[in-house]
Amino acid sequence: MIDKLATLQQAVRDGIGDGDAVVLGAGLEAAIPFAVVFELIRQGRRDLELVAPISDGAADMLFGAGCVGAVSAAWVGNVSGGLGHNYRRAVEQGVPRNVVVNDYSNFSLGMALMAAAYGMPYMPVRSLLGSDILASNPALKVLQNPLSDEADPVVLVPPLKPDVAVLAVQRADRFGNAHLWGSLGVAQEAALAADRVLVLADEIVEPGVIASDPNRVVFPGFKVSAVVHEPAAQHPSPMTGIWKRDTEFYTDYHRRSRERDGFLAWLEEWVLGVPDHAAYRAKLGSRLDDLRIRGSALAAPANFAAS
Amino acid sequence: MPAYSTQELMIIAAAREIRDGEVVFVGMRLPITAFGVARLTHAPNAVGLFECGLARHAPAQDMLYTMSDPPNQLGAAWATGLTQVMGILQGGWVHAGFIGGAEIDRFGNINTSYIGGAEKPTVKLPGSGGAADIAAMSHRLLAIMNHEPHRLVERVGYVTSPGGLAGGGARRAAGLRRGGVAAVITDRAILRPHGPQGELHLASFHPGHAPEEVREKTGWSLRTIPGATETPPPTAEEMAALHAIDREGFWR
Repeated sequence: MIDKLATLQQAVRDGIGDGDAVVLGAGLEAAIPFAVVFELIRQGRRDLELVAPISDGAADMLFGAGCVGAVSAAWVGNVSGGLGHNYRRAVEQGVPRNVVVNDYSNFSLGMALMAAAYGMPYMPVRSLLGSDILASNPALKVLQNPLSDEADPVVLVPPLKPDVAVLAVQRADRFGNAHLWGSLGVAQEAALAADRVLVLADEIVEPGVIASDPNRVVFPGFKVSAVVHEPAAQHPSPMTGIWKRDTEFYTDYHRRSRERDGFLAWLEEWVLGVPDHAAYRAKLGSRLDDLRIRGSALAAPANFAAS
Repeated sequence: MPAYSTQELMIIAAAREIRDGEVVFVGMRLPITAFGVARLTHAPNAVGLFECGLARHAPAQDMLYTMSDPPNQLGAAWATGLTQVMGILQGGWVHAGFIGGAEIDRFGNINTSYIGGAEKPTVKLPGSGGAADIAAMSHRLLAIMNHEPHRLVERVGYVTSPGGLAGGGARRAAGLRRGGVAAVITDRAILRPHGPQGELHLASFHPGHAPEEVREKTGWSLRTIPGATETPPPTAEEMAALHAIDREGFWR
């Protein structure tokens, strides 16, 4: 097996280019790979197409930093705060730049990734009929179900094939085999669809740990192009069993990003003025300790013995 | 009669919409608390679904800011992906779903995408999330709104989540096989579709909110279902259930 361990800087430099379609936030509100979001901003990546059902806060930061040219998403904003101020400025005023919005619902976005994962020309869905999402996203087409003799319109969702899916996980080995648990959002579809998968592991473990429970492997290690070890890579979002959500951080971001100047000051303080994720963790200090989940609610072991 | 806040009344009104044994997309905040109240009162076998990929038999023990927070993962009945829970929604397994919105119109269409049109919006709202899917494919849609004339409008500028579309048979004609708005729960009243067009009518008005006031705060000429009465205030049992869930008094 190939050792895929890389630093955050290397993995972002080599794995995500200008103009790439990137899945960030496949887990909806959990396991959002903020460490990569911050590094993309520091490296000045441009013209990204963001792909995600919901990426709490992260997408808004990338809009504000001018990294995004297009977004294919169901929801962009701050889940506990409300409207995304940077997203609003970009769409309403072209500040700091104009962006293209491709509207989806959560289900159709997930099915678009699934279509790409399985090499299908489209996925038929019964959602979106009657919704103006069909008008504002011309990639979605309505067709009569050819297998039905009765009127039966279905929406054809074309594949969305990301260049890169970035996924934060609880643990992985250095070869790209990973365990992810809790609600999964579209992590599986995103990983199976993307050309490259960048894994951010809170913990690096021996391969035997991952192999002991292959049902907790959501996407195969051979799809993974790089593994980065960064504890709390998902901060301020939660990670099941390891990190609580830092709601105060989101609230502070939401308040300070209301005006462009406030956002730029926030960006300097938390991203541009911070060299890497180790420095970010150090800056959080005891606040990060308070977010660590210390309780234990372990799953029962599952026996895989063969004889 | 127990004292209660407007939000507590809305939670209890929402809880009353959940029937025992139903599978319900509960969303966040107010509806998730309503799900908990329903479970503790008249619907002990209701199941809650979350689009991040969770099913629960009982609400989380601790305060949630998002549906993906750790307390919602602990003790879940099913932890899976988004396409699984929304796929069974498409399969017809979901009885009811709650959504909120910036704008709703007299046929129950909901806008959470654009104010001022998609071409050159004056306000870009966050978008559908799962709302369009829940509105299209659940058997009953339950909408939670603040009751202001600029929110309850004659016609929404953008239909994110379809209700009755242009009314009458328009929803079925668009290919939607089931569903539609069953109730709109606001801070002043409950509206329900009525008559052949399925137009939203006043079904009950909350204590302290006269029908005239409700009509005044509605952006279309609101008609009343014959026999509309005051929304029954929360019972002691309902308030006890709510306080058992909302231990910190967030909704008080």
